[in-house]
Amino acid sequence: MSDTHAESALATAFVRKDMLPEREPPVAEKGAVKWLRENLFSSVLNSILTVLSVFVIYWVLSHVLGWIFYGIWDADSLTQCREIRDERYGEGMEVACWAVLTDRWDQLTFGFYPSELYWRPVLALILFLGAIAPVLYAELPRKLLAFTAASPFILYWLLWGGSIWGPIAVAAGFIIAWLVFKTAVPIIGQLGAIIATVVVPILYWMFLAGPLAGVIDGILPIGIEYVPSDDFGGFMLAFVIGIAGIILSLPLGVVLALGRQSDLFIINKFSVIFIEVIRGVPLIVWLFTASLLLNYFLPPGTNFDLMLRVIIMVTLFSSAYIAEVVRGGLAALPRGQYEGADSLGLDYWQSMRLIILPQALKISIPGIVSTFIGLFKDTTLVVFIGLLDPIGFSNAIRASTDWNGVYWELFIFIGLCFFISCYSMSRYSQYLERKLRTDHR
Amino acid sequence: MTDATAEAREIDRSQMTVSDEVAIEIRNMNKWYGTFHVLRDINLTVNRGERIVICGPSGSGKSTLIRCINALEEHQQGSITVDGTLLSNDLKNIDKIRSEVGMVFQHFNLFPHLTILENCTLAPIWVRKTPKKEAEETAMYFLNKVKIPEQADKYPGQLSGGQQQRVAIARSLCMRPRIMLFDEPTSALDPEMIKEVLDTMIQLAEEGMTMLCVTHEMGFARQVANRVIFMDAGQIVEQNEPEEFFNNPQSDRTKLFLSQILGH
Ligand SMILES: Nc1ncnc2c1ncn2[C@@H]1O[C@H](COP(=O)(O)OP(=O)(O)OP(=O)(O)O)[C@@H](O)[C@H]1O
Ligand SMILES: [Mg+2]
Repeated sequence: MSDTHAESALATAFVRKDMLPEREPPVAEKGAVKWLRENLFSSVLNSILTVLSVFVIYWVLSHVLGWIFYGIWDADSLTQCREIRDERYGEGMEVACWAVLTDRWDQLTFGFYPSELYWRPVLALILFLGAIAPVLYAELPRKLLAFTAASPFILYWLLWGGSIWGPIAVAAGFIIAWLVFKTAVPIIGQLGAIIATVVVPILYWMFLAGPLAGVIDGILPIGIEYVPSDDFGGFMLAFVIGIAGIILSLPLGVVLALGRQSDLFIINKFSVIFIEVIRGVPLIVWLFTASLLLNYFLPPGTNFDLMLRVIIMVTLFSSAYIAEVVRGGLAALPRGQYEGADSLGLDYWQSMRLIILPQALKISIPGIVSTFIGLFKDTTLVVFIGLLDPIGFSNAIRASTDWNGVYWELFIFIGLCFFISCYSMSRYSQYLERKLRTDHR
Repeated sequence: MTDATAEAREIDRSQMTVSDEVAIEIRNMNKWYGTFHVLRDINLTVNRGERIVICGPSGSGKSTLIRCINALEEHQQGSITVDGTLLSNDLKNIDKIRSEVGMVFQHFNLFPHLTILENCTLAPIWVRKTPKKEAEETAMYFLNKVKIPEQADKYPGQLSGGQQQRVAIARSLCMRPRIMLFDEPTSALDPEMIKEVLDTMIQLAEEGMTMLCVTHEMGFARQVANRVIFMDAGQIVEQNEPEEFFNNPQSDRTKLFLSQILGH
């Protein structure tokens, strides 16, 4: 044919007449066998390692699983636990004594919180989950965010109790801050307005909020039973400090990151110094500062709750880290994004909120979540300033005559609880990263 | 290749009239980057409806000049008046001018976390306070105009370069600007996409938009520009009507530049 003739005559010239159809990829061996061979038995060395690992895993599990699942759940003390064990399994078998958890469950979870009021922290946890849901899942109606905004004050009130006017007076500080910002910008410009927005509410909280709440409460007392911070303990304490720190440190960290990028000299330097100083000193030092020194700086007569001081310190500490993580995200954005936003006439706050931060935060998610996980685990440090978090309680429990000698069970349980919390955060962040990925083709 | 676009279709010049009204007035403008004198004594008046092409060697300050017009860059001396508003350091004033002046960049600068439609409605909603529905209608109108309405719900990352640049043009148009600035809108594109973007720009010119365009697409310049400005070393070296400019360049620098860019 002329086709073949042309091809043989001129090897380099070529015209395709028919386009090639799409074909299936070549079918090699499939399924489990292939997977096994590729991953576990691809070479002699690999096969030996596989067999060895299987043996090690078997050996560990055969010891540990028995210890865990034959564990004893109903006993009042370690001695009783051991008696039950010997009776059930005979002399010489080591099993866990989970009874310490059931026996001291209330303390481990609620500390010395009055037992008739346990419903309050439980309700607080449920409300918290409700408040955080619309933040975590964008599919939920946006109106729920109003509840989210109010929830810190509601949760505070539920946990600590007392007059409702206290939290309301504090919340009013934020409204004041907003009003100050709105009215001050046209009068004294950006820089002045930002400073006023920080200073005015702080003055209000320090000198006005307390008396104001007192006066209103005198007129219209509404409240529930007050529970002092000293009664907080166990996981409740760890969660309250951890969650409050996480929620408060994100916005603060973002503001600090923006401050560090700012052209306004004072704001820039303030952010830099704040971040470097807070980050450069160990958390435990800040916690001691919170528990011992802070009293000197507060106006005389104020009895500022130790737990609140700790929350503030933890928040400041991790916000410095968040600020640096977010700054990394901001720096990773191409300059064109800022220019695109500017060229459309968006003002600074609009371009930050709508264009820059959504992208910068998305880039920073892994770093932010690492910081959160770090913060959450660091709450265990409060044991050194005398707060009874789970670790503190486990020490106290082991010091009692009943449970003297119990180690593993408590630590495993505490470790497991922290692991579940931190791992959920990690999983959530991966979900979020996947969901926000819009640049795929 | 560039001349091929010129032949592509007849231009409708019925609306391409230049009025006496001044759109942009630049007087004795100077700009420095540190001690480096980028723009030197720039004087330029652009009337409403004018289509100006700025060309010149790399580093001659073309981008800097048009970025000064919407205050993406600050100038240190002289004055720029846009639509009768003197450009000052006041942020409100700058934001106002920016919302009147559309800008299209070499690298599109679309917002990758927003859909095409959201890219187009964002500024009208937040800057102009247009109701969302109305903003979406406007956006669809302009997306139709740049011939990609079917991409409205995609993300910029899912579009080709030419499509992205057309979205960028539509995004600017949604603010109903009276002046459009283009900074090398086609130089990051493959040849086959250049045409679709140039067609969109020609269409804009036909509707009488005031345009300042940094480009090396000489076919486009011949076809739609009513003035070509040649810049070198931060100065305006020559300006003329396109025919004169290309056929009869006066300065040696212009001749050298044209001989390089037109090749052969
Ligand atoms: N931010 C900056 N800081 C310092 N110098 C700069 C900056 N931006 C640009 N320049 C310098 O100013 C000069 C003009 O830059 P400009 O981007 O305006 O050139 P251009 O004519 O647009 O060039 P090109 O055709 O390559 O885009 C160049 O020499 C460049 O190196
Ligand atoms: Mg340039």
